[in-house]
Amino acid sequence: MFDPHLVKKDFPILSRVIENKPLVYLDSASTSQKPQSVIDAITNYYANSNANIHRGVYTIAQEADAAYEATRESVKTFINAKSTEEIIFTRNTTEGINLVAYTWAEQNIHEGDIIIVSALEHHSNLIPWQQVAIKKNARLEVIPLSRNPETPYLLDMEWLKKYLTENKSVKLIAITHASNVTGTINPIKEIASLAHSLGSAKILIDGAQSAAHLPIDVQDFDCDFFAFSSHKMLGPTGVGILYGKKNLLEEMPPFLFGGDMIREVHQRDATWNDLPWKFEAGTQNIADVIAFKEAITYLTNLGMENVRQHDQKLIGYARAKLENIKNLKLHIPKNDTDMTGVISFAISGIHPHDIAEIFNSENVCIRGGNHCAKPLMESISVPATARISFSVYNTEEDIDIAIEAIMKAKKIFNIS
Amino acid sequence: MDLYAENILDHFQNPRNHGRLDKPTITVDDANPLCGDKLVLDLTVENSHIKEIGFDGSGCAISQAAMSILTEEILHKSLTDAESFSKDELYKLLGVAISPARVKCALLGYTLLKKAIILLKHQAQ
Ligand SMILES: Cc1ncc(COP(=O)(O)O)c(C=O)c1O
Repeated sequence: MFDPHLVKKDFPILSRVIENKPLVYLDSASTSQKPQSVIDAITNYYANSNANIHRGVYTIAQEADAAYEATRESVKTFINAKSTEEIIFTRNTTEGINLVAYTWAEQNIHEGDIIIVSALEHHSNLIPWQQVAIKKNARLEVIPLSRNPETPYLLDMEWLKKYLTENKSVKLIAITHASNVTGTINPIKEIASLAHSLGSAKILIDGAQSAAHLPIDVQDFDCDFFAFSSHKMLGPTGVGILYGKKNLLEEMPPFLFGGDMIREVHQRDATWNDLPWKFEAGTQNIADVIAFKEAITYLTNLGMENVRQHDQKLIGYARAKLENIKNLKLHIPKNDTDMTGVISFAISGIHPHDIAEIFNSENVCIRGGNHCAKPLMESISVPATARISFSVYNTEEDIDIAIEAIMKAKKIFNIS
Repeated sequence: MDLYAENILDHFQNPRNHGRLDKPTITVDDANPLCGDKLVLDLTVENSHIKEIGFDGSGCAISQAAMSILTEEILHKSLTDAESFSKDELYKLLGVAISPARVKCALLGYTLLKKAIILLKHQAQ
């Protein structure tokens, strides 16, 4: 295990003090903070190696090129892909999912086909599929939450199994690995195997919330696509990653057309570059991709198993404290092992927005709102939740400060 | 913690003119999609004056208290006066500093009222 107090020291923003109160950052599900090594890598690129990639013959261009491709190699290892051809850089998770919706789905979803999502989806993994369904006259189905009181906030896997035996025209299951509201970890390996047992169905995993919290092994999961964002895993904003199985990526048409993604160009037509560059049109976000490698190195040095253990420890610690607070309801699974470090809660009589505002008066950053998961809010019958989320730099002391902020909110609103 | 001044909390926890009207002249509703604040506002109008006002809603203290405060202010006013009632006057009544992040909450009820007046004018034409 690592000591999060030492980790904290690597993140300059976490030493900020505002109005005499230290910054306590508990909103990493939204975006994580960045260690000095990532910040330095951005500066270093601009100060020393700034050049466009894939075209220059001069030294700094070669350096930029090598560094950019080195990140791809790191990502490949981090998620255990078979080859770097399967790693496509995008802007974020949302763009990765849209890439699949505009290319793979365009070719493979037809009238009457079924796309399945879950009740836990972020809008990013819902709206693109709504649009495909509308455009193609396909059907969108939703795996509901379990109604068994023993398994709250988990998906109803029995529903899915039954549905798949009765509906053979399912072509895609697009599902989040971990929920950004309840923390729920979905059994994606099992779902992938169910999808593949249908023959032609594929599975896309939204890994936005899992990549920073769980060891990722796309070959073990046997998923067809896996999309995630650098900014939620200690890296810069503006970099997303789409993993896709090579045979699928090869058959997909390009997403965006222009420079870099072409092989041969004539006046009236063109052919496409090899993977993965076929999907990387135009000048890429070179600096941030290069710096993202440092984020992967940081997480790898901590060890993703250790990261997971740390997360579990904080969940257990927070749950024990939160469960004892009167008039506070947790919207999370019963078992710590079923979730990542994302804890939604509600306090009767105080709107989540007000909770977040009072937290802010203590310089504690949390989110209050629907977390871009409006249908999920409806499923769990709340307008919004307050949400605390953890990363590697959070400590038990951070949770203690959050608990004090909750007590302060209750006092202001006169809630027992 | 200036935002949660006694005035705001009082209106949030004991909203005035709370509850729907039986036969409103006009009903308007709106929601703040980011935080889930919701409001529905009923007005009955007689001789170009706001005779009755009622609202229902859910959401943060700011959105609900601001609505309550606003209803108290404009009840029995002429539509012309209600129409010219300004944001600054509302902020003055709220009496607390509203940060940019909370402007939408504070003004949700205000924009509803303005919407109602525009619709009423259209109806009258
Ligand atoms: C589960 C989930 N999916 C997708 C996204 C979208 O990520 P991005 O905004 O980086 O595209 C998020 C981010 O909040 C998320 O939590």
